[in-house]
Amino acid sequence: MRRTILMGLLTVTTAWLLVGCSNLDKKAAAPANVENRGISGDEMSDIDAAKSQGMGDGSGADASALNDPNSPLSTRVIYFDYDSTNIRADFEGVVQAHATYLAANPEVEITLEGHADERGTPEYNLALGERRALALRRQLVLLGSTAGQIRTVSYGEERPVAEGHDEQSYGLNRRAEIIYP
Amino acid sequence: MTRCLWIFSVVLAVMLGPQAQAVGGTPLEIRITQGVESALPIAVVPFQWAGAPLPEDIAQIISNDLTRSGRFKSMPRADLPSQPTDVMQINFKDWRIVGMDNLVIGQITATSDGGFIVEFRLIDIFTGKQIAGFQIPSHSSNLRLTAHHISDIIFENLLGTKGAFSTRVAYVTVDRKGPKDSTYRLQIADADGYNAKTILESRHPVLSPAWSPDGNQLAYVSFEDRNSAIYLQDVRTGERQKVVFGEGINSSPAFSPDGRKLAVTRSREGNPDIYVVDLASKEQQRLTTDSAIDTEAAWSPDGQTIVFTSDRGGSPQIYRVSPAGGPQQRVTFNAGEYNARASFSPDGKRLVMVTGGSGFRIAVFDLDGGRSEVITQASLDESPSFAPNGSMIIYATMGGRGTELAATSIDGTVKQRLALQNGQVREPAWGPFRK
Repeated sequence: MRRTILMGLLTVTTAWLLVGCSNLDKKAAAPANVENRGISGDEMSDIDAAKSQGMGDGSGADASALNDPNSPLSTRVIYFDYDSTNIRADFEGVVQAHATYLAANPEVEITLEGHADERGTPEYNLALGERRALALRRQLVLLGSTAGQIRTVSYGEERPVAEGHDEQSYGLNRRAEIIYP
Repeated sequence: MTRCLWIFSVVLAVMLGPQAQAVGGTPLEIRITQGVESALPIAVVPFQWAGAPLPEDIAQIISNDLTRSGRFKSMPRADLPSQPTDVMQINFKDWRIVGMDNLVIGQITATSDGGFIVEFRLIDIFTGKQIAGFQIPSHSSNLRLTAHHISDIIFENLLGTKGAFSTRVAYVTVDRKGPKDSTYRLQIADADGYNAKTILESRHPVLSPAWSPDGNQLAYVSFEDRNSAIYLQDVRTGERQKVVFGEGINSSPAFSPDGRKLAVTRSREGNPDIYVVDLASKEQQRLTTDSAIDTEAAWSPDGQTIVFTSDRGGSPQIYRVSPAGGPQQRVTFNAGEYNARASFSPDGKRLVMVTGGSGFRIAVFDLDGGRSEVITQASLDESPSFAPNGSMIIYATMGGRGTELAATSIDGTVKQRLALQNGQVREPAWGPFRK
């Protein structure tokens, strides 16, 4: 019974947050150094939906930070250079914020999705996507979260957010997504 | 001859049974984009048939098959000087005048059980002799396959190489609405793009289809359980099982030539390595332990060697290892900065692979000479595989409407495109000869 009420509350909270956050999240989804034209409206709302799933946990004082569009925690996608798995300097603050949040909320478990652009073979890109997800996990663990909180999965080049065959689209597709439950 | 006919009948009777399935899906549209000058002239005359119109035009299918191979120049039907259906009706002089080397004629007769007997003769115009002649039992749902079998026989008799017209191709289509809203379909079609059938439809990525040597099963990777896992599916019954799964990547399946094992990629130990899975015992043997990416295993036709892609030297290159394990040797060196996804030619003498530098193209690598030749010119060519007779290579390429399939002769002189009306089509795998 308590569980049902809790679930109900969670649903309502999540719904409210989805409505409340959608506009602001769009700004946050735009990567720092890549123009936003490559993403269609549908794709953007998809990203928003994925990003919004992180809400409603309700635990601890940090929960509001997770939902705050002005917090670095609202950035849930980090981008990589070509054929690289290094965390770029412009995302260090974002990674630090997530690591700190996870350290303060040890019961929270996230999934990191690694992605690659379409250049190169699908299977090799699956491996490259995994390297990106693992590089991000390593960094999060170094900065305070525990490995057990972080599941990784690679989708390789199978789930592009931008469909173009140009450097701008490729830059948007070489990414790791941080997905809260 | 009688014995030959009998064997053919048994084989076809077996194929007619469990494989007869409803035909669905849009055919792939095939365009020949490049042909050769030296193609052999041949004329395929409409087959005689006295009944109501048939669902398929057998002579036209044969004619198209032969032209598509790039090795033949079929005479357009409107140009045929006459339309004989029996040897007695052939006026050899007329055919010599129009420069024909060979002629194909035939007759179709109905059987008492509702089927057909398709009889054809391949005639050498210069000697006036019959090169080959068969009577093949068929059925209305199987007439296309019968036509492809006839093309195979013609091809083999005139060129000395087994034809691959009656083979099939597996591929994945993607209908993308958004990054997380796409429909993936694993399909099988005849080598001419017809009879496309969806054997798996999913909202999660599907990739890397691989045929079993007997053509009865496909191994592939599906993300339906929120991670990559390898499935085996019987292409006739649809029955499927999840065979390799667990933490990390589970992908890149390749059947051993005896069909008993799968070489796969797993990253459960932290980075992708090659494993060999025994399909009966489910035992797994790890072949590589390098901390680099090791993936895309492929078996040699004799089962003695596995080649794979590794970036242990800094960039992706092809390496080889025994399926029993042991030392690994690098195969490709200066052939390009990026060499990946190799697979063997049916004679085991060559590899076809993706080679990258400024773009990604298909290259054929000669294992004896150690040289590679780039045979395509587009910028995002990938997923090459040999036809089972070694005459053509199918691969994925970027077309005007997205990813399409293309086929090329191994010297790159003949090219064709296989496109879908809508959506993308990728990761082709050319199936084995149909037994």
